[in-house]
Amino acid sequence: MTRRLNFVDAFLWAFRLMVVAVVVWGTVGTLRLGRYTGEQWMDFVVFGLAQGGIYALIALGYTMVYGILRMINFAHGEVFMSGAYTAYFVAAPLAASGFLNRHPILSLLLLVAVAAAVSLGVAVLVERVAYRPLRRAPRLVPLITAIGASFFLQYAFRGLYGSGFKAYPEFELFKGEWQVLGVGILRTQAVVLVSAAVLMFALYQFVMRTKVGKAMRAVSEDKDAAALMGIDVDRIIVLTFAIGGAAAGAAGILYALVFKQVHFFMGFVPGIKAFTSAVLGGIGNIPGAMLGGLFLGVVESVGPALFLDGLGIRAPYQLKDVIAFTMLVMVLIFRPQGILGERLAAKRA
Amino acid sequence: MWRVGLVFGAVACFLSLAGLVEALHARWVVDGWVSAGQVLLGSLLVGAGAVSARRARTPGVGRIGAGLVAGATAGATLGLLVWLSRQVDLRSVFVNASPTLLQLLSAGRAPDEAWLGWTLLGIVLGGLGAGAAAAPRRAVGPLATGLGTAVGLALFQELVLLVLQPEGLAPVRDWLFVAGGGPTVQGAAVVFAVATGGASVWQAVRARPSRVAVLPPRVARAVWVGVGLAALAALPVAGGPFVAQVLVIVGLYTLMGLGLNLEVGLAGLLDLGFVAFFAIGAYTVGLLTSVGEHGIAHWSFWAAVPVAVLVSLVAGVVLGIPVLGIRGDYLAIATLGFGEIVRLLVLSDALRPWVGGSQGVLAIPKPVLAGFEFSGPQHLYYLTVVASAVVAFVAWRLQDSRLGRAWMAIREDEDVAEALGINLVSVKLLAYGLGAAFAGMGGAIFAVMVGSVFPHSFQLLISIQVVALIIVGGMGSIPGVLVGSLILIGLPELLREFGEFRFLVYGVALVAMMLLRPEGLLPAAAQRRELRALEEGAEPVAVAAQEAVVEGGL
Repeated sequence: MTRRLNFVDAFLWAFRLMVVAVVVWGTVGTLRLGRYTGEQWMDFVVFGLAQGGIYALIALGYTMVYGILRMINFAHGEVFMSGAYTAYFVAAPLAASGFLNRHPILSLLLLVAVAAAVSLGVAVLVERVAYRPLRRAPRLVPLITAIGASFFLQYAFRGLYGSGFKAYPEFELFKGEWQVLGVGILRTQAVVLVSAAVLMFALYQFVMRTKVGKAMRAVSEDKDAAALMGIDVDRIIVLTFAIGGAAAGAAGILYALVFKQVHFFMGFVPGIKAFTSAVLGGIGNIPGAMLGGLFLGVVESVGPALFLDGLGIRAPYQLKDVIAFTMLVMVLIFRPQGILGERLAAKRA
Repeated sequence: MWRVGLVFGAVACFLSLAGLVEALHARWVVDGWVSAGQVLLGSLLVGAGAVSARRARTPGVGRIGAGLVAGATAGATLGLLVWLSRQVDLRSVFVNASPTLLQLLSAGRAPDEAWLGWTLLGIVLGGLGAGAAAAPRRAVGPLATGLGTAVGLALFQELVLLVLQPEGLAPVRDWLFVAGGGPTVQGAAVVFAVATGGASVWQAVRARPSRVAVLPPRVARAVWVGVGLAALAALPVAGGPFVAQVLVIVGLYTLMGLGLNLEVGLAGLLDLGFVAFFAIGAYTVGLLTSVGEHGIAHWSFWAAVPVAVLVSLVAGVVLGIPVLGIRGDYLAIATLGFGEIVRLLVLSDALRPWVGGSQGVLAIPKPVLAGFEFSGPQHLYYLTVVASAVVAFVAWRLQDSRLGRAWMAIREDEDVAEALGINLVSVKLLAYGLGAAFAGMGGAIFAVMVGSVFPHSFQLLISIQVVALIIVGGMGSIPGVLVGSLILIGLPELLREFGEFRFLVYGVALVAMMLLRPEGLLPAAAQRRELRALEEGAEPVAVAAQEAVVEGGL
């Protein structure tokens, strides 16, 4: 058996070495070229952190649902989209009436609340229709309904709201830069980073400190034992979807702040990247998802310039998603238990 | 029961706002009387009544009552939408809330009148649905078939008109259809009557206990196969280039479906990056045969196809090796990642000098065989049919071979399969490689069909469509693949007008199939046996476990 596997192992080692070689060679090349200043690197990192914060917020939903149900909520990217897209129809009139810039903080909170509420509703609905009836079906079955639900949601929103991009209104307050420790940071990115951090902290406290959070952790440890302890498992599952959905909705607003537009297909790529973050951090592990998100965001933001520019590749920014997807594939192949090495890895198979 | 009504009402509102009702409203089912959009709304009200009657616990009158209430609720919900549309400008949010839609929904009445009207209509139709649910199947079945056929006549009107094109058939055409409009009253009525009659006769024949076989089964089967082949050969000639084009696309998806069926259906390896192999086949043929800028060899199509199949096979194995150790949902995501990486790389400027970036590979010549050029879709159709037949034959022989049984074994349980002496590495790699080779063949034909290859033709969407058609047809079933691609690819291609709603339907189809008929429309025999055994044997355990959970929850 081990002898047969050798050829596969050799292939995998070659794959690993190739990626390492690209990274090292590219980095050396880029640094030798010296095309970017320290300030530019700093910008990359900050942008990466802001984006990573968004991924992390979405990743919470994946990781919590996986922790409890051992399934990938493939439609989570669409849950993220639905909140941001719907909140656009609140943001646009607010901006038109001038309220948005008169009370920017209040407006932002309002938008986050709307988006979170919508995403929460969608997440719970998806759970009710597509997952709950199949709780005891073979593993592939809920994955297929999840793909179906994701597809349905995309095209439902396309049907309802149209297929074009919608330009999100901008906050006057968040234009320009803030000086932090002598470094200029784009205000939007600072706002996104701080909001993401606050939300994640709140969520973490909720899961770790409250009774419901404890129940959630209990259910993810052992569903049957939790039921014996008097926990309503179905209610906890709905709650998990609800909280994950709300976090995704809030992330949707932050995403709209950074990219300034929404679209019915906008959930797909962030969804996959958030999933990558969740796996990177060890799926089922909440702080892991946060770390994974930030890590992925930074690598993806710095990567094209650092790894690819030095190789003389044309237009490396087009390959930004290739870096993210390569990380996804690599982490699934080489370290499915994630960076933090969660015990779940042994159980899943 | 009012909850059922609410759900159906909400679905009706959603379909209205998503634009489907308006799109269907453009089609007459009976010219000047009823449009397909109205039929859709009406059937939702009937459905509300029927479902709620089915669910009602009390028999007899209670069921009818439940139907009435559900219908009324559903109607009232729609009425609420009409009322709302008068209060606020729905169109600023919902792009499809057009004046036409509102005109259709309110029938030009005042809001409270329309509301009352919908509620009353809901009561009537809900009651009808409840009646249909309570009535014996024997009576309702043929009627439903008749109605369905009449609606089908309207939806596929262009196809029917195409067949009736010859001058000699002009009287039939004028009698069935209003010129430039939908079916005439007498046309719809006759089609309805004929279909209903036919269905009841068929039912009666099938219900007869002693069926005397006219022909020995083998001969009967041969006759059916002959008829099928003749129909297959005649279709593009009878239907014209449009139908042929649709059938070519169906054939390409069948090729891909057969390939993915080896992976998903037999070996249980859900591959969401499958389109990559289709792309690799297409690009290989494109690069080898193109007479344009990116062509490297100017080969003929026939020389390029084996190479394309081989390259796809190798690609399948190469991408299969790293994911050997991954199972289940992680595998789905990892393959999805590979598929996207391939597409993004091809699209990028980095590889533009070789594969043309977003502009793709152009000027791919049509295949020429002994001086005959496969130029139009009608010619390519035969090429596709032959390719599909060859691939289907290979897939069919593989299925019951030692390899096929090994695939099914790893689908059921990898660990047990390994313990039984199945070499997981080679068996899995063969699944990936052969599946990819089939898709590469499809890609090769696609390249010559379009005459150019762009990265935009190879979206994730296609992988998901292929998964969907396998699920709908029945996992692991070869005829199921054909049925799935006819339904999911062929129908939407024929109904081009409603094309933008097809993906909505795919999503619903995937969820609904898993909930209602997980074995698919034409399930493989083994799958069917298994699911039946599961229903009979394993159900009590699951129920007991569920009860334990519920009780624990209290």
